[in-house]
Amino acid sequence: MTSPSQAAIAGAETPDPDGVGLTTEPVGREGSKDQQVGRSPGQLMWMRFKRDRTGVISAFVVLSMFAVAALAPVISWLYGKDPWTRYGQLKEGLLNDNGYPIKPNGGIDAEHWFGLEPGLGRDVFMQLVYGMRTSLSLAVVIALLSVLLAIVIGVAGGYLGGKTDYLLGRLTDLMMSFPSQLFFVAFVPVIGALMVDPQDEMPTGLRAAVLIFVMWLLGWMTLARLLRGQVLTLREREFVEAAKVAGTPPWRIIRKELLPNVVTPILVQSTYMLPNFVTAVAGLSFLGVGMPASTPDWGRMFATGAEVYQSDITYMIFPGVAMVIFIVAFNLLGDSVRDAFDPKSGR
Amino acid sequence: MLRFFSRRLLGAIVILLVISAVTFFLFYAIPRDPAMLACGKNCTPDALEVIRKNMGIDKPVPVQYWEFMSGIVTGRDFAQGSCPAPCFGYSFASSDPVWDTILDRFPTTVSLSLGGAVVFLTIGLGAGMIAAWKRGTLADKVFSTASLVLSSMQIYFVGPLVMALLVFNLGLLDQPKYVPLSEDPAGWFMGLLIPWMVIQIIFTANYTRLSRSSMIEQLAEDHVRTARAKGMSGKFVFFRYAWRGSLIPIVTIFGVDLGSLLGGAMITEWTFSLPGLGKLAVESVEQTDLPMVMGVMLFSATFIVLFNVLVDAAYAFIDPRVRLA
Repeated sequence: MTSPSQAAIAGAETPDPDGVGLTTEPVGREGSKDQQVGRSPGQLMWMRFKRDRTGVISAFVVLSMFAVAALAPVISWLYGKDPWTRYGQLKEGLLNDNGYPIKPNGGIDAEHWFGLEPGLGRDVFMQLVYGMRTSLSLAVVIALLSVLLAIVIGVAGGYLGGKTDYLLGRLTDLMMSFPSQLFFVAFVPVIGALMVDPQDEMPTGLRAAVLIFVMWLLGWMTLARLLRGQVLTLREREFVEAAKVAGTPPWRIIRKELLPNVVTPILVQSTYMLPNFVTAVAGLSFLGVGMPASTPDWGRMFATGAEVYQSDITYMIFPGVAMVIFIVAFNLLGDSVRDAFDPKSGR
Repeated sequence: MLRFFSRRLLGAIVILLVISAVTFFLFYAIPRDPAMLACGKNCTPDALEVIRKNMGIDKPVPVQYWEFMSGIVTGRDFAQGSCPAPCFGYSFASSDPVWDTILDRFPTTVSLSLGGAVVFLTIGLGAGMIAAWKRGTLADKVFSTASLVLSSMQIYFVGPLVMALLVFNLGLLDQPKYVPLSEDPAGWFMGLLIPWMVIQIIFTANYTRLSRSSMIEQLAEDHVRTARAKGMSGKFVFFRYAWRGSLIPIVTIFGVDLGSLLGGAMITEWTFSLPGLGKLAVESVEQTDLPMVMGVMLFSATFIVLFNVLVDAAYAFIDPRVRLA
């Protein structure tokens, strides 16, 4: 049976008038039968991506950071410390009377690789590893939800057109003109107050849920708008017309004809989205409306750092440099993914 | 042109109304008892009763919303006195009128935003133009790499680093503070120098990239080639033809950025303890000072929406094709 999605993908590749997408590849590599080997766009993309050294390196960096976050408990076990114990207060000779590490450079030694947190005396390395775990998981969940909602709204608007499109378009406009950062800062406590008595500390899970919800609410618009535009042009294409004439139900057309053709913008946009969510979550924690103080958090390390930097700048360096590396790598990865999917875009 | 503009303005007003309604209903309607929130942590039953009465919570929510919105236009009378025309109510925390507090904090935000904008436009457009001009050379690569790394820095990381270096280690500058321009221009400039230098990092890279790609696109345009073919000087073509054309997309982004900056640069103001709108918003949120949050929210949203309309108007002015669409 000919899969309609393959027809759709073939349709997506052919319109290149100069055929850049196809001819840049060595056609007919030495196959087993010396025949032209057909490759799916996914394979082509993967081949282009593998040749891009920057992309491979940044993918490696990004993946290892995710691995560190995912394996935080294992690292903690190997390292023999956890992010909650106040080592500086338990043991003499680590923190001075003002609560600052006695050893130079924030108390870095063989025992505490990245030093100690001033005041509470927690281990900075563990704080960072677990903090990354918190921030990255939040960002990934927000990104996934935003992409899903963007697909629903963008594809529905673009494909159905008419009144639906108009209403969804105005909704997108409206959400875009919300002052997003202010909205986050204002609504995280308010929505929390709806569910928990304002007098009580909010439980970590609920706080995370509220953060995710608020960011999700204002995170989907750019991608939705992009997808709507893409679907709008795809809708008029022959293979969609053909499917319609053949009596394919709309849902199947969307799933099998349209979605496979918008995978590229979704993937590219998501790689740009994720670091934005990481920094936004971190920004909220910095402003004091992020995760509660009992949870190690990447962003709150900056809030602590901003309090102690006059005496102990080292504390801030590790989370800061880690974040710069993470975002640079992610942005480079995004560019490489885009180039691999669409060599015409070029840099 | 006028019709286009008035239509956009009407749309903007509708958007603002919706934003105000959403914010209002979330703040006042859904919480189980807004008076409880207003009252704060050490609440007595007497205080609670007074607040209930002042807020008019006994009335249905749409009536409350109507009173709030009409208060902005006509002013309102409260138990503790009347509140003149743009009335956003009184702060829960300090009992000051919200509008006066906003006006008091706004000059700081304006100084920070405009100064920052001058810095990031100058550096961003300059670097982008040079990169486009010397495309593919070392300068291009240096600018591109620098902008990538800089854009990945966060204000809450760079701010303290710059402070530690310039203020506490080298002692070159004083701690950032806001002095009104009218009182002491030199103090105003020196006080905001570090915040300007830091706030630009998140924008400059964007403008460098945008101006570079836009410039490259323009240089490949037919009219630029024609101008060259006619024998015009390279510099003249570069500035008068390509540069002007390349500004169109930048105007759009700049309008949006400036609008949101004027609505409060929260993280920068928080990092440097500058008493602007953004810091006001964070402080009010910490104290669950709802009228203040509501006021700042509407004020900021107005700037964002207004600047979007201005950008559209500027766009239609620069490029007549837009008007027909």
